[in-house]
Amino acid sequence: MKSLAELEAIKNKIKNQVEVRRESDSSTRIVVGMATCGIAAGARPVLAALVDEVGKRNLANVNVSQTGCIGMCRLEPIVEVFEPGKERVTYVKMTEEKARKIIAEHIVNGKVVTEFTIGAAE
Amino acid sequence: MDFARAHVLVCGGTGCTSSGSVKLIEEFEKRLAENDLEKEVKIIKTGCFGLCALGPVVVIYPEGAFYSMVKVEDVEEIVKEHLLKGRIVKRLLYQETLENDNVKSLNEVDFYKKQRRIALRNCGVIDPENIEEYIGTDGYQAFGKALTEMTPEGVIEEIKKSGLRGRGGAGFPTGLKWMFTANANGENGKFVACNADEGDPGAFMDRSILEGDPHAVIEAMAIAAYAVGADQGYIYIRAEYPIAVQRLKIAIEQAKEYGLLGDNIFGTDFCFNLEIRLGAGAFVCGEETALMTSIEGFRGEPRPRPPFPANKGLWQKPTLLNNVETYANITQIILNGADWFTSIGTEKSKGTKVFALGGKIKNTGLVEIPMGTTLREIVEEIGGGIPNGKKFKAAQTGGPSGGCIPASLIDTAIDYDSLIAIGSMMGSGGLIVMDEDTCMVDIAKFFLEFTVDESCGKCTPCRVGTKRMLEILDRITKGNGTLADIDKLEELAEGIKSTALCGLGQTAPNPVLSTLRYFRDEYIAHVVDKKCPAGVCKALLSYKIDPEKCKGCSLCARQCPVNAISGEIKSPFTIDTAKCIKCGACESSCKFNAISKQ
Ligand SMILES: Cc1cc2nc3c(=O)[nH]c(=O)nc-3n(C[C@H](O)[C@H](O)[C@H](O)COP(=O)(O)O)c2cc1C
Repeated sequence: MKSLAELEAIKNKIKNQVEVRRESDSSTRIVVGMATCGIAAGARPVLAALVDEVGKRNLANVNVSQTGCIGMCRLEPIVEVFEPGKERVTYVKMTEEKARKIIAEHIVNGKVVTEFTIGAAE
Repeated sequence: MDFARAHVLVCGGTGCTSSGSVKLIEEFEKRLAENDLEKEVKIIKTGCFGLCALGPVVVIYPEGAFYSMVKVEDVEEIVKEHLLKGRIVKRLLYQETLENDNVKSLNEVDFYKKQRRIALRNCGVIDPENIEEYIGTDGYQAFGKALTEMTPEGVIEEIKKSGLRGRGGAGFPTGLKWMFTANANGENGKFVACNADEGDPGAFMDRSILEGDPHAVIEAMAIAAYAVGADQGYIYIRAEYPIAVQRLKIAIEQAKEYGLLGDNIFGTDFCFNLEIRLGAGAFVCGEETALMTSIEGFRGEPRPRPPFPANKGLWQKPTLLNNVETYANITQIILNGADWFTSIGTEKSKGTKVFALGGKIKNTGLVEIPMGTTLREIVEEIGGGIPNGKKFKAAQTGGPSGGCIPASLIDTAIDYDSLIAIGSMMGSGGLIVMDEDTCMVDIAKFFLEFTVDESCGKCTPCRVGTKRMLEILDRITKGNGTLADIDKLEELAEGIKSTALCGLGQTAPNPVLSTLRYFRDEYIAHVVDKKCPAGVCKALLSYKIDPEKCKGCSLCARQCPVNAISGEIKSPFTIDTAKCIKCGACESSCKFNAISKQ
């Protein structure tokens, strides 16, 4: 260890990994519907794509988890984004590419991808 | 960097390891691979979560689901339901975390609610075998700050201001000890050392810290070395702690690899090396002068103090010795400041204390509480109370050097001074809870047997005196004691306390003195009435069959291993007390509650 900066670099690299384990109200949660209907409609690759993007971009304070059936099976795969202090956003009929786009536009740049939301689909 | 959306934390402390957590990890690896989840889900073997009674423990994040007593057969369901579909397997959760079918946060559970984890902050959170996980939770930041922004005097000043006192038992102010060592003449070298001997029976705080967060101790020792001007450190740990030793070795290797031990750390001219020294597990080797003699390669025997280690320690050179838990607080004080630390605890005892809860208590395990928490809060709330509806009788702190706290003092706020005032002591952190079925004379005898065994034999008061005390206690528990024996016990106790060479002998009489102080009537019952009120001392018991309740079924007679019970079928049976060996088999076999001990 030659300097504090070197230590800081290691810390930043690993921090988001360890933070998954701290219970915090300030993190963004991305939740994928993973009941039988969701999995049948292709939720697994969607989840994998989300995880991959979060990892590649080393995003801080973002959790990806799953939930059971949201109750709109025909719109699966469904992804919901919960940001602290904001309305939840529900994306429907997700694919891998759409999932990657959500990370790039919504999570990173803060712009909701309206065309994929449940409002646009209904 | 791969991002894992879920983390499966499996406790790899000694308790959970012995209840099978290693097998769980293998099963998780297998099932995750089967379900194609191994990239998304990470398995981490952590240190102790504290709730050892419910091991093996598995915690899954981001949900923070706390699974207890997990079996290998359960893993498939956890993987398929929770990790694949996101449905928490409620049946396997620690039931206290379930409220009206909702999962609540661990921090709201009775066991954790009143705890404050400073020394244990990373135990059960990080992978102790991965230095980067430690760095990711602010690890080595305090060391960096001390080396690059603080003078050695500044570090010592901060520790002094924090009010931190030694967690190894005596409670000596840590900052003062650092100052004495810093001021000592170190022309020929100076050392820092860590006491990880942990000989108090029932205590496992230090082991758990080293198993769960070894870098916290390494970092603190490096800071201490910088503060006092040492360049070499030793960790003295007993070989009976193989997991802790293994993780320490890995941690030291990794710290060297990352240049956090060695030469010119953080680009400064500070150099520090650290080595492990294994002890063979003798209680006396936890005493500081015996410990140093043992590190030097000699038989672990104490020597008189002064000179104190701060002036003449290892190889006659100034040496700073602190306990594991003491060190585990250091980085947090440097990072958060002394004012933060003094805001926790009582006037003269700052911060927290880790206790190993054991004995007759529901939640046996490891807890860290702010100083000033009452014994009642520890026993009834955090500990979950006494099992089987029994009553709390007393708690022993300080192990074989400490004393008991009777039920009448259960509202005592735990800190160094309040415990001394009631004839006990903080000790290193063993806390053994006793219920109404515990005989206090028997407990005193148990601890004295321990010290007699562990006495190194160098000084007469300890070698011979404790043996004499034990003989008297043995007489009393066998019904052959007299009132004069009780006086003799007290006289011997005072003599040994004031004349023994080291702390082992000086404190050995404490369990006897404190049980005499609070439970003298029990001693008197043993010597005058020849009765053991708790029904423990076998020689003073007799089993009786109540002729009113006995139906003459002969079950007890058939259970008795020495044929001491006889009678006619359908009329009351009797026990021949001369033959009876008081094993209790008859009592537990009787379906009519007709047999009792008196
Ligand atoms: C018989 C005996 C056994 C001891 N065992 C331990 C021990 O296992 N661990 C420990 O840290 N201190 C133990 N001590 C206390 C040490 O002598 C010493 O006070 C302590 O390690 C200093 O560290 P601290 O100031 O950080 O508490 C023992 C003392 C005696 C008399």
